[in-house]
Amino acid sequence: MELRGRVIKSGRAEAIALVSPEPIGFLGGVDPETGIVVEPGHPLEGQCVTGQVLVFPTGKGSTVGSYTLYRMARSGTAPAAIVNAESEAIVAVGAIIAGIPMVDQVDIAQVRTGDRVRVDGDRVVVER
Amino acid sequence: MKLRLTLEERAMLAGEAGPGVQKAIEIVVALGHIYGAADLVPVAGVQVSGVSYKNLGDAGLEFLQDWAAQGAQARVPATLNPAGMDRLAWRELGFSEGFARRQEAVIAAYAALGITPNCTCTPYLVGHVPLFGQHLAWAESSAVSYANSVLGARTNREGGPSALAAAIAGRTARYGLHLDGNRLATTIVDVRCSVTSEADLGALGYLVGHQVKNGVPYFRFADWRSDIEDLKALGAAMAASGAVALYHVEGLTPEAVAGVALEPGRDTHCLVIDDLAPGYTALNGSADRIDLVSLGCPHASLAELEVISAALEGGRVTAELWITTARAIRQAAEKTGLVARIEAAGGRVVADTCLVVAPVAELGFHTMATNSAKMALYAPSHSGLSVRFGTIAQCLEAAVTGRWS
Repeated sequence: MELRGRVIKSGRAEAIALVSPEPIGFLGGVDPETGIVVEPGHPLEGQCVTGQVLVFPTGKGSTVGSYTLYRMARSGTAPAAIVNAESEAIVAVGAIIAGIPMVDQVDIAQVRTGDRVRVDGDRVVVER
Repeated sequence: MKLRLTLEERAMLAGEAGPGVQKAIEIVVALGHIYGAADLVPVAGVQVSGVSYKNLGDAGLEFLQDWAAQGAQARVPATLNPAGMDRLAWRELGFSEGFARRQEAVIAAYAALGITPNCTCTPYLVGHVPLFGQHLAWAESSAVSYANSVLGARTNREGGPSALAAAIAGRTARYGLHLDGNRLATTIVDVRCSVTSEADLGALGYLVGHQVKNGVPYFRFADWRSDIEDLKALGAAMAASGAVALYHVEGLTPEAVAGVALEPGRDTHCLVIDDLAPGYTALNGSADRIDLVSLGCPHASLAELEVISAALEGGRVTAELWITTARAIRQAAEKTGLVARIEAAGGRVVADTCLVVAPVAELGFHTMATNSAKMALYAPSHSGLSVRFGTIAQCLEAAVTGRWS
């Protein structure tokens, strides 16, 4: 299945999808040293985003969260790519400064955790 | 909508002005796409937030140092939000050596990026006064509100990285409050009770911000004579309890006076405020003993320092009294003897920082009294403090007795 979106940060990546039904805030929500979601009660709490195609509706929280994504990229704990339904400034700026391929305006309901996903520019190819 | 770029902007995006500029314009362009901007607009000035090491951490510090190392430089006058400590008096105020070292590294990285490290949330009190209609990229929410509302300049509420990107690219995406149509009032606020102190304006701002969220309130006051300090308090409170970045006051603020704040024929929603007590209740915690009295949020003006100094005359505080302000205001107050008079009563005039972003809990404070609605909203969640909110006079009484009455 091929989905189309809008490029926020161009690039290519192929990895397993990790899908969150809820928005993600990176400052305080994800541990940049381990890549593990630590926000209490979050649907992905305890799961590791490192090297995955991270799929979630949109970002939330403090604008400092952009820097958390940068730190994750430097520590090797960042996701391989980010796919959003509707992007907002925090995650978009974070993906750009961290060099993480990112696409938004994608119908994320079509993607399930465990799918193999290839992000290439504005294309999101899903295999299961 | 398609984002139109000039030849120069395309060249920047292609990396012809270096990787530092390329990253900046990538950020600006991405935000333009996200918010549906038609083009970019040159900015006359920038104010950057994200300075305190407490919030930025090593991730932010590394990012700033790396960006500076790529040769990125602000192209337009750019100023800095408060840091996490007083850059000169940090040791005697109880900040740790390790925090101070990292905080100075953050400021050095900003300076290397060409940002003036004036460390204030009130750049408009220390020489950065934009003109009516000028486009800006300011980040500090209370300063954004002041620039838009009181001065009639045009800025969205930028995040720290997006403001920095605008400084380096010299432009921002034209959306939101850069456009005429988004500056029209969304709610008429009819204030029927009397408003007599900066705390009253804070309580009012709290109530209105809570109701209108990110809308544009248009105030009609039955009884109020305003000054700069009142407008600063009102805007800060609405930006903290809601996300108000622009308000109008009938007969006072420039777009209201020019008659362009209300859309003719539009049935604008109306909100009546006839009692400020719910605002005071919401902003008051239960603290009885007071460790720390915080005045100067947003940063105190010279006039506020004069009021505080006069009120303290002949008294002696028992609680810690910190009045936060810009370095330039403190220096002016040193020359006129105001700082010496406040210090003689046991108060401190603390520069470069703000108790919202300083590591207050590490300094051993548990309870606070403040005349700022913004501080009263943020101190419990940011620093775990129990807070009392009231007028300058109530706060100074608490500073003298060590108790809230």
